[in-house]
Amino acid sequence: MSRIGVFVCHCGENISRTVDVERVAAEVGKLPGVAFSTDYKYMCSDPGQGLLKKAIREERLSHVVVAACSPRMHEKTFRKAVESAGLNPFLCEMANIREHCSWVHEDRDEATVKAIEIVGMMVERVKKNRVLPTITVPVTKRSLVIGGGIAGIQAALDIADAGHEVVLVEREPSIGGHMAQLSETFPTLDCSQCIMTPKMVDVANHPRIKLYTYAEIEHVEGYIGNFQVTVRRKARSVIEEKCTGCGVCMEKCPVRKIPNTFDRDLGMRPAIYVPFPQAVPNTPVIDRENCTKFKTGKCGVCQKVCGPGAVDYEQEDRLIVEPVGAIVVATGFDLYSIEEKPKGSSIKGYGEFGHGRIPDVIDGMTFERLASASGPTGGKIMRPSDGREPKQIVFIQCVGSRAREKGISYCSKICCMYTAKHTMLYHHKVHDGQAYVFFMDARTPGKSYDEFWRRSIEEEEAVYIRGMVSRLYQKGDKIVVMGSDISVGVQVEIEADMVVLATAVQPRKGADTLAQKLGISYDKYHFYSEAHAKLRPVECATAGIYLAGACQGPKDIPDTVSQASAAAAKVMTLFARDQLEREPIVARVRETGCVGCFYCKKVCPYGAVEEKEIRDRQGNLVKVVAYVNPGVCGGCGTCQATCPSKSVELDGYTDEQIVAMIESL
Amino acid sequence: MHTEKEKHTFEPKIIAFVCTWCTYAGADLAGTSRMQYPANVRVLKFPCTGRIDPVFILKAFQQGADGVLVSGCHPGDCHYIAGNFHARRRFAAFRKLLEFVGVDLGRLQFSWVSAAEGGKWVEMVTGLTEQVRGMGPMQEFKELALEEQWSGSIDTPELQEAYDQI
Ligand SMILES: Cc1cc2nc3c(=O)[nH]c(=O)nc-3n(C[C@H](O)[C@H](O)[C@H](O)COP(=O)(O)OP(=O)(O)OC[C@H]3O[C@@H](n4cnc5c(N)ncnc54)[C@H](O)[C@@H]3O)c2cc1C
Ligand code: SF4
Ligand code: SF4
Ligand code: FES
Repeated sequence: MSRIGVFVCHCGENISRTVDVERVAAEVGKLPGVAFSTDYKYMCSDPGQGLLKKAIREERLSHVVVAACSPRMHEKTFRKAVESAGLNPFLCEMANIREHCSWVHEDRDEATVKAIEIVGMMVERVKKNRVLPTITVPVTKRSLVIGGGIAGIQAALDIADAGHEVVLVEREPSIGGHMAQLSETFPTLDCSQCIMTPKMVDVANHPRIKLYTYAEIEHVEGYIGNFQVTVRRKARSVIEEKCTGCGVCMEKCPVRKIPNTFDRDLGMRPAIYVPFPQAVPNTPVIDRENCTKFKTGKCGVCQKVCGPGAVDYEQEDRLIVEPVGAIVVATGFDLYSIEEKPKGSSIKGYGEFGHGRIPDVIDGMTFERLASASGPTGGKIMRPSDGREPKQIVFIQCVGSRAREKGISYCSKICCMYTAKHTMLYHHKVHDGQAYVFFMDARTPGKSYDEFWRRSIEEEEAVYIRGMVSRLYQKGDKIVVMGSDISVGVQVEIEADMVVLATAVQPRKGADTLAQKLGISYDKYHFYSEAHAKLRPVECATAGIYLAGACQGPKDIPDTVSQASAAAAKVMTLFARDQLEREPIVARVRETGCVGCFYCKKVCPYGAVEEKEIRDRQGNLVKVVAYVNPGVCGGCGTCQATCPSKSVELDGYTDEQIVAMIESL
Repeated sequence: MHTEKEKHTFEPKIIAFVCTWCTYAGADLAGTSRMQYPANVRVLKFPCTGRIDPVFILKAFQQGADGVLVSGCHPGDCHYIAGNFHARRRFAAFRKLLEFVGVDLGRLQFSWVSAAEGGKWVEMVTGLTEQVRGMGPMQEFKELALEEQWSGSIDTPELQEAYDQI
């Protein structure tokens, strides 16, 4: 038989003004199972809590109901008090007779009757409460960072500087991401390489960063604090430990004419290559598709010339398992490519803009490579078709972005700013040139951003035309751009030497596949979703996984770096403890009842439900049942309401407890 | 200001099933803002609307509720990401079922009340209380409960045996 103690609070006069608290204590005291009931002026005060603890000990109470304010206010306070008196904290419940009663009713009699019922309901509930032990999970204080763009680099450095080991996995042969390709950066016009490469070198030299480039995530298991990540290190054909980075192989490789994607195909590279001279690590990789040795079995020049004997044609992919406690996803973005059909659209690209057909119609990233001092032209702006300097250049914004009919209704956020930057870089380099910009709106929120944009117009004299381009076509060696200026309502026609398209920022191709491996969610475009748009912007809903950079949505460098540092801070918060403690409000499966339908698995928003094999003594499979991982379960109870055989129960909110409440009414 | 309260002959019993994060907090806000509403409602707190089994609604009607209110976070705002989407689907089907068995859907209300919508909570509770008051007491399920009790007791060995064979 339970010995329940009920403590009715006056809350000064907040409750006692409308609720007859003495009557409540007296009435409730008559309920079966209630061994003690009293009322007190301020239950949450020190003496109030003292009274509670004393009663637990002296009256040998088994359960406690505190009738006072909202549990959202003081449930923690009273559960702590109960715990310090030696009872399990989950044997204490609060009855809300302030926010839900005394404050919202005036009639004293009515309010008192209601309060008695509310307390009675909680008395019936608490009888069914069970002892719940606090759940603790150990934390592996190592972090995985996926993607080595500026986001991943920043997060990795922050976490490693805080004293924790980091495994950084980059798909490409070098870290750096898109920022390594940029020329100068808004809003300050400092050179991207100059601010980026020192950070890349820091990563390479950091004693606590383990860098895997040319590698991908194969498989992820586990949960917060305890992930097991399998990394696939793709065969590089060069042994990293032996290679000194001298570069002789690249010089001697007879295959020379492979378009370098890093330079947007403007430059050429050999079959054994590093994507750009400042690559980290500075270890080449053999592009097996284009290497003569791999294609015909002949050649082998690089192996012959390599002093330390680092070239290994037999090398195979290797799988490595890394235990980590937290994961930062920083896989960045792709650019909308004009030739392809955008997702969710039946219209193929922007044929009307001639990209891919007219060689001097390029995209913004290609312009970055042209303008970059370390780029294929040494920073000279020239036409891909004939190498001439363009004297009239047209920039078109919002190509793909904000185009619902193409399936991309969002704003790519960075294009207004980088187009303004491009017009400036152009005018700095081509003094007698003229830049035109077709734009819908100029979106320049951000520190010093609008000033920067104005400067491109007021000082650098770029001509901004508000309107869309309807058509472009080649005429001789010119590109005729036809559009409208909607601010004055006239048609415009410009004979340009070059056209630059500000193409939309899109999620990585294959972002969904990676998300499925990680068990994180993504939006309809495949940008990764944060747990809460305002209050948890860098956490995934899946515990222990964090987001940084453009993989979560279009972002410029300042935003990317802020988010990366924020994600790192979250990881450090997690690593500040040896054990993770969590509220034991988690679901549990009754294996005897479970029929293995896995409806629970389908509805669980956290991916907490696993399949578990039950075997007999001989090891024969008896059945497969659901198992809820307590480290992952968020405690929503959706599984329980869904389970057709009533075999999964959410601790703290069992059917028994709820039915007891309903029956008390 | 103290207004003279109307006395009614019938005071309906309203049971509300709400999630902790939005509607319970919204009801708390109504309290801290000292709004006033009829005292007929009893609130049961759940972690999420996803936890609310339609059986609880039936149980509430059997137990003498004249009206039931189910409320949680607005779609997209669920604290547990998607619990309320599952709940919404579940209740859509459940409403149809109730309608089919002849329950007046005016007695059952689903809504979204956020933590900031104390006023909406008050409107919701007041509205439902008045509506149900107009409809009179809910009889059907109380009778059902009695029937269930009657057919539910297996008190003879013969009955038990027959029961075990099914
Ligand atoms: C034309 C252009 C000009 C710009 N100019 C500016 C500017 O002037 N100023 C400014 O502030 N911003 C500018 N930006 C924006 C800037 O490029 C981005 O803010 C920044 O690059 C985002 O960094 P990130 O690390 O999130 O993504 P990324 O740079 O895309 O890096 C992601 C990294 O993850 C790797 N990766 C991807 N998938 C995987 C995987 N599955 N496994 C392992 N690794 C993976 C990629 O290889 C890459 O290295 C410009 C962008 C463009 C397109
Ligand atoms: S593979 Fe050999 S030759 Fe080529 S860069 Fe490395 S050490 Fe030099
Ligand atoms: S309670 Fe919610 S989070 Fe936990 S297993 Fe069930 S559905 Fe998943
Ligand atoms: S938490 Fe409110 S509906 Fe899910």
